[in-house]
Parts: sequence; C-alpha cells; structure tokens
Amino acid sequence: MLSSLLLVLLIGAAAWAGAQAGFYLLLGAVLPYSAVLVFIAGLVRRMIYWAGSPVPFTIPVTGGQEESLGFIRQAKTDCPSGASGVWARMFFEVAFFRSLFRNTSAEIQEDCLLTKGPRSIYSSSKWLWAFALLFHYSILLVFLRHFRFFMEPTPSCIRFLESLDGIMELGSPRFFLSAGLMLAALFFLLGRRFFNERLRYISLPGDYFPLLLLIGIAGTGICLRYFDKADTTAIKVFIMSLTHFAPVSPQGLSPLFFTHLALVCALLLYFPFSKLTHMVGIFFSPTRNAPNNSRRVRRVNPWNPPDQYFTYAEYEDLYREAMAEAGLPLEKQPDGT
Amino acid sequence: MYNARPVLAGIAIVAVLFSAPFWVGRLGRDYKDAGIVPPKDEKNCIEDTELMRSRHMQLLNEWRDEALRGENRSYTAADGRIWTVSLQNTCLSCHANYREFCERCHEASSVYPYCWTCHVIPVEIKK
Amino acid sequence: MAKLPPPQTLIADRPSFPDQPWFDTRPSFAPGNFCYPAKKETMETLHMPNPHEWDPAADDWGLPDDWERILCDAFAERLEKHRSLKLFMDICVRCGACADKCHFFLGTNDPKNMPVLRAELLRSLYRRSHSLSGRVLGKAAGARSWDKGVVKELFYYAYQCTECRRCSLFCPYGVDTAEITMIVRELLHEVGLGTHWIMDPVKNCSFTGNHLGIQPHSFVEIVEMLADDCETVTGIRPKTPFNKKNAEILFITPSGDVFADPGIYTFMGYLLLFHELDLDYTLSTYASEGGNFGSFVSFDMAKKLNAKMYAEAKRLNVKWLLGGECGHMWRVVNQYMGTYNGPAPANTTPPISPLTGTVFKNAASTRMVHIAEFTADLIHNDKLNLDPSRNDHLISTFHDSCNPARSMGLLDEPRYVLRAVCNNFVEMPENTIRERTFCCGAGSGLNTEEIMELRMRAGMPRGNALRYVQQKFGVNHLACICALDRATLPPLADYWAPGVTVSGLHELVGNALIMKGEGRRTMDLRQEDLPGVDDAEPEEPGEDG
Repeated sequence: MLSSLLLVLLIGAAAWAGAQAGFYLLLGAVLPYSAVLVFIAGLVRRMIYWAGSPVPFTIPVTGGQEESLGFIRQAKTDCPSGASGVWARMFFEVAFFRSLFRNTSAEIQEDCLLTKGPRSIYSSSKWLWAFALLFHYSILLVFLRHFRFFMEPTPSCIRFLESLDGIMELGSPRFFLSAGLMLAALFFLLGRRFFNERLRYISLPGDYFPLLLLIGIAGTGICLRYFDKADTTAIKVFIMSLTHFAPVSPQGLSPLFFTHLALVCALLLYFPFSKLTHMVGIFFSPTRNAPNNSRRVRRVNPWNPPDQYFTYAEYEDLYREAMAEAGLPLEKQPDGT
Repeated sequence: MYNARPVLAGIAIVAVLFSAPFWVGRLGRDYKDAGIVPPKDEKNCIEDTELMRSRHMQLLNEWRDEALRGENRSYTAADGRIWTVSLQNTCLSCHANYREFCERCHEASSVYPYCWTCHVIPVEIKK
Repeated sequence: MAKLPPPQTLIADRPSFPDQPWFDTRPSFAPGNFCYPAKKETMETLHMPNPHEWDPAADDWGLPDDWERILCDAFAERLEKHRSLKLFMDICVRCGACADKCHFFLGTNDPKNMPVLRAELLRSLYRRSHSLSGRVLGKAAGARSWDKGVVKELFYYAYQCTECRRCSLFCPYGVDTAEITMIVRELLHEVGLGTHWIMDPVKNCSFTGNHLGIQPHSFVEIVEMLADDCETVTGIRPKTPFNKKNAEILFITPSGDVFADPGIYTFMGYLLLFHELDLDYTLSTYASEGGNFGSFVSFDMAKKLNAKMYAEAKRLNVKWLLGGECGHMWRVVNQYMGTYNGPAPANTTPPISPLTGTVFKNAASTRMVHIAEFTADLIHNDKLNLDPSRNDHLISTFHDSCNPARSMGLLDEPRYVLRAVCNNFVEMPENTIRERTFCCGAGSGLNTEEIMELRMRAGMPRGNALRYVQQKFGVNHLACICALDRATLPPLADYWAPGVTVSGLHELVGNALIMKGEGRRTMDLRQEDLPGVDDAEPEEPGEDG
C-alpha cells in the first residue's frame, strides 16, 4: 500500500519536475508514444499468449437450468446452450457484471433462536457490484469525453455525452459527474482493501498501485479542469500535433498537465503486464464463453491422451472362472466347460 | 493459435479501438491554432490575459451572481480600474465578434456555456 | 463422531486470521487435517510417477531429488494445455467476491481457503517463472519461488477444496478454482503425492470395474440380494440383467449404490422402476462404476476410467446409455466424456425414451441420459402410476449436488420428480440451493473418515441450511442425486441437524411406484413400517396418485 502510494507520488513528482526542467520531448512525445505502443502491443501479445493454449474441454459454469425436456424452462442466458445465448451471457457479464451481481455476504451465528442452534445467513451484497460498475462506466465516459482533444470538430455524439455528464449544470466550467463518481468509486474500492480484513489480507502491491494510479489520474484531471486551470485550446493544439505525428513544442502548458499525462502513460505501460488485462481476459473465460451443450456437440481436444485402459478382454481373462460360476455371459468360455 | 478467428477479431478490435486517438483526428480537420481574433482597439482586458484565458468563466459566473443576486454592478480589477458588471455592455463592447472570438475556442474545446440562454449572441445582432 | 466438539463450539473455535502475511505462514499437518497418503504399491500398480512411501505429518516427504524441475516442467506443460490456467493465473483482480462463497473458508476461517488465496498459492509461483514483473520484482510483484514448504502447502489446500465451483459462479471473470485445484493435484501426483482415499478406488476401478473392487460374481450376488429385498417389500422380484448383449440401454450408476447404505435403497428404486417399465436394459459388471475418482487425480486418469463406459456400450451393442444419480460422474459425463472417449460407438444412436418417444436432444452426441431427465419425462407423460402418499411421513428437502448443478444445470428435473413422488417438499434457503448450492463438504475424494472434523466444518453451510428448514418447517428428510452425498450427508445431518434422514431420489420413486401386481405395501424400501398403514383399512392405494 505504502510502496504503491510512494511509487505513484514519485511518478507524479518526476513528471512535474521534468516539465519544470523542460524535458518536453521526453514527457510530451517519447513517453506518450511509447506508452500507447507498449499498451497495444502488450495487450495483443497477451491475447496471443492465451490463444496459444487450447480450451480442451467445454467447461461452462452453469448458472441456471440446462436445456433439457420440453416442459422444463431453460435459463437461456445464465445457462446458454447455443451461440445467441452465449452472446447474451457475455453481454450481461461484460456490460452489467452479471456474476458479481449475485454477490452475497455470509454471516455465521453460533446460536439462533429460530434454529435452536447455529445458523448461516446470506444477505444480498451489491456494494462491490455497484461501485465496480460505477467506476467502469465513469472511466469509459471520461475516456470518451477526452475525444474532444483528439477530433476537430468535436463530433456531436461526444458533445451529447458531455451534456449528459454535465447535466446538473453545476458551476463553471460545468461539473462532470463522471469525474466525481469515478473518484468516489475508486476511494470505495481502495477503502475495501483497507478496512475489510479479508481484502486487506489478500491485497498485493499490484492491487493498490492501479487504484492509486487511477486516483492520481482522476485527481490531476479534476485539478486541470477546476483548479489549476489548463489552457484547453493550447492542450488541444498540442495533442492534435501528437496524434498527427508532428509534435509541436508544448511551451506554456502547465507542469500539472504533464503530471496527468505521465500518470496516464504509467497506467498504459503497466496495464498489459498486470491484472488489468482482465479487460480483454473476460472475453476468453472458458467458464463463461462456452455454451452448455457438451452432450449435444462433441468438443475435440488437440492433446487428447491416447486410449489406454483395462479392456473387457483383460477383465474377462482375469475373472473368467468366477464370472462363469455366477452365470454371467462370456465372450470366451473357460477351459473345460 | 487456437480459435484463431475470434481471437484475431478480438485483436483487431483492441488495436482499432485503442489506437482511435491517432486516427479519429484524421476524419476531421487538423487543429494547429485557436485562431481567435482579439479586439483591435484594446490592449488589455479587465484582468491580465493569462488569468482571463483560464478563469473567464469563473469571473463571468461571479459577475452573474453579483449583478443578479447581489445587485452589485461594480467590479474593481486588480489594477484598480472599476468596471460595470455587465456581459452585454462591458465584455461585448470590445469582444463584439462572437464568431471570431468566443466561438473559436469554445467550439474546438466543445464547451457550450449557458451565457446565451439569456443573452443574445452578438453575431445575431449584426445579421 | 463422538470426539467431535458440538456444532456451536466448532463455529466458535474458528481461529482469526494470522498476524503474518500469507507469504510467511505454512500450514501445520496434524492428524485430522489431512488425508492419508496413497500407498506406494498402489501408485506403482497405476504407473504413477515417483511412487514412494511418505507421511504428511513428517518433515521430509521424500520428494524425488529433482522435484523442483519436475514441478516447474509439469506446470509449464499444463499452461500449454489449458488456456483456462493461463487466463486464471493472469486476470484475477482479487476483488474478494469469492471469499465467503467457499464452504471450506466459512467452516475453517483459514484465509488460504478463500478461493482467491487458494489460487494465489499457485499464482505466486506462476509470476516467478512466467511473468516479467515477477521475475524482476519478486515478492513485491507477489511472486515466490518453489520450496518444499510450498509443495506441502499446495497439498494441504488442494485437498481442502471439493472442486464444487461455487466461487466460480460468483467470480466476475469466471475464474474456476476447480480447474486450478485439479491442476495442482495433477502437479502433486507428478512427484508422487496422492491420497489413499482417492488412489485406492482408482486402482480398484482400473482393474475390477468399480471403486470398491467388487469382483464380478460378488457384484451379481449383491444386486441379486437387493432384488430379493425388493421382493420382500413389494412382492415382485425385479429382473437383474447383467452384461446382456443387444439390450437397448446400458445402465451405469456409481457402485456406491450397490454396497453402501443408503445408496442401496436408491438402487432398489432403479430396479423396481426399470422392471415396472419392462425396460430393455442391462447392467455391466465391467463398467460397474459411474463415479470417476480418476477425475480427482488427473485428466488422463479420468479419461482412462471413463473409457470403460463407451467400450462396454460398444461390446454390448446397446443403443444408448442411462446414468444413475451421481455428482462428479455427471461432471465427467456431461463435460468431458465426449471429448475424452468420443465419439460414441457407432452402434449407439441418439437416445429416445422407449416409453414416451421423447428424443433427448441435449444428449445427441454423448448418448448418455441422466436418470432424473428420464424419470421426469416418464412422469410428465403419465407413464408411471405413483402414490406419493406413501412418502407422507417425510417432509423432504432437496440438496443440489455441486456438479449436476453448476456443471450441467440439472436443477428442475429432480425437483419435478420429487414433487411427483412426495407430497411434502420444502426448499432450503435460496442462497444454498440450485446453482448456488453448497457442497456436502466432502466431494472430490475428501469423503474419508480421518478428516471428519474438517468435513463437518466444510459441511457447515449445508448443515445450517438443513437445520434451518428442519426447525422452521419440520423437514425430516433430505433427498439428493449423488452417491457421494448419500455417503457424506448422513453424518453431516447427524451432526448439524440430527433427525434428518438422507436418501436418493429414486428411493422415493421406488416407494411411491405402484407396480402391476404388487402386494400391499406395509414397508418402505428400507423395510421400515409405513406409518398409519397397519391401522388403516386395507384398500387399494392411490386412485388419484
């Protein structure tokens, strides 16, 4: 936790100092270009790595009734038996975190009046689901909103998202809800790791670091918009020059902007080597993306081991006498009968 | 590679989606300069240029609240000059050309302030 | 059972989390918390690698000299074989949603029984040799090296997981601890570490056809005895066809149903049902085991034991296969058999019920139908004459076995049958049934006596759910469709909800079934008097059954 915090602060401070010292080429061109390259190449490499191993068996976890007899109603999305059902299941999984939505919390009582003894109670627990969903949709919206810096003119769909995001018309510049909600969700997710005993026990530096990094990104972003206000026009000129591969000197942009940018680059560089690859990994998950049709459609395993078993012939050889005595039909009668 | 077809499709989607910042810009114009035309007669705005550039929206918000809620129509700038708190009569007297001033940055940065839900856009007066 | 502390103490006794981080703790092996090791000769007979005598409680497990290389290579090989493993090593975010979904964690409060940490035991080793960050940063990236303590730890926790997949249901990425546990067990078998309770049945099954090693003539004798018992109860002696060629159906059920109380009553239920239907079926002494303890050892071993089903279907020239009530058997049959040993023999055809004409489309390729599907179809088509009032002394609830529930989706068929044969049916709390069902606490080869306290701990969620319906609704009977359950749930019920009896679904079917020409039933299949029958006027039972 502490080391992750220090690391994030260090990255931020280095970027700030670098901008003050005028390392614009490094912070404004080399770092962003290499970060995006590493991010995309890293993700692709990870996908190729996963795809290099087969899925030998059809192993969906069935979340409901299978397709069976006509009078029994199948759970078509939780236990799909065909392609459309799998698409639906994956859609709900990716867009609404279906599995996490099931979450419960267990409470064990030693003595309950009702059961005159021990009792376990499972109550619905949607907090993790709600804040996880909130975080993911917020960061999606934030990412999409940033396309105003990548495109001229800003397309109407982005403008529409912005008007939705700023629908409360709070303050000037208008407050974007996604920024605040993202930060709130991140603090919730961090707080869980801090205050929940189980989470604290299982958490690794690799769990704190991305959360703190994202908090840093959201925090500097919010500052750039509302407090240490950045010149958005100059930023757009600079970013458009970057994306057109003709970077201009970013003179006049605040060190905070470069801090923000460097933290984003750190995230992109870290992403493909971390648990954050769950973003693409979820699509590969064999317990979710396979139909429950293994008795109807045979899957072929490329490394299926050779057939090797104790055959009936060997079995009969071993027990022929006894089998004959028991009156069992035989392939070969014992000698002398 | 196993299940090559869906995996390659996935790779293509990842590559296209996350390289978007580098190619969506080419669908429209390049953007090299805000191209705002400042008023010709005046050298200084009510406050320092840097400050105006980054904080004009906050100042305008304050002005609105002062004028409409506090009924105070006088503003003392940092250099001691006193200004009448009025978008129409103070700001727009110099920044008369909406197209070449306000809109240049606002359009590019996709900022749509709600000044003009009450005030009349100067461009339309000229028409 | 006598030496177990009372349930309240068992719950109160759960230790709190250790102060040290999990990297620095190691389990202590004490009698009662580990399964006995497999015998060297068993392992040799099965040609398992590196067989040796060892004792889990001892310091030195007698690992082969190059154990680290063996394990590293085996791990790398498994990564190349299973995309699931690569993926599950990479994408877990440690959100903790799985933690209190595990019955072992709930029962022991051992942090390494949280599915996330159980997987992390392997994941930390993965990071060291298969990830850049782990290689460079080591412990800071959550990586650690192999040592003998780690091997012991893997053994300890791989045999405190019943591969029930409940955690996977709740995991936002579907990370499946069963998959990880199966692979960890495979790795351990590479250095000669296995448990007696699993390897002995595997050996027996390999060479006699069933887990107990019942030889063909004894198998026939036992079944004949059960048929005699059927006659005592019903006045009808059901036929017992063995190794019959050209039968339409090959029926395979776990051998536990042949020798173990209360599974035998379920077996009697099958015999009566098939007799009443005049089904053209056969049992096999060669393929006399539905269960597959090989699936608790390795994928290869599972395939090997499973191969007999199709081999026998081919030899006997049957049309299709019918499978009895069993949990992990159906995990294998449903998700693995077609891949392991398919395609089904050419003489088989897609299964059609000879009585109703129903085509079991969902089994078109594997050609094996679950008995609950078969019976539910019969009842739906009104082919059975049933008198559920014979089960009126039971207030029954239903335990979904993990494997049919979460690896098959067989949820409503058994309930449909149960409702038809039993008038009093109450569900346990909703978070403990259907796809969210809790394990009996002793699946995947952990149903051994020497870890009884551990089993009771792991069975706590199921036991408490049972106790709840017992106290609230007067439930006195637990139906299930798994032979392991029939072995493990009676002690569990005795401990957590004394007074609840356990039976298979088809025992109740056998009790309720009105057979053509049967005598008046005064006893159930356990030869216990049916309450109220002696007092009542003799009359034809069940006009409206």
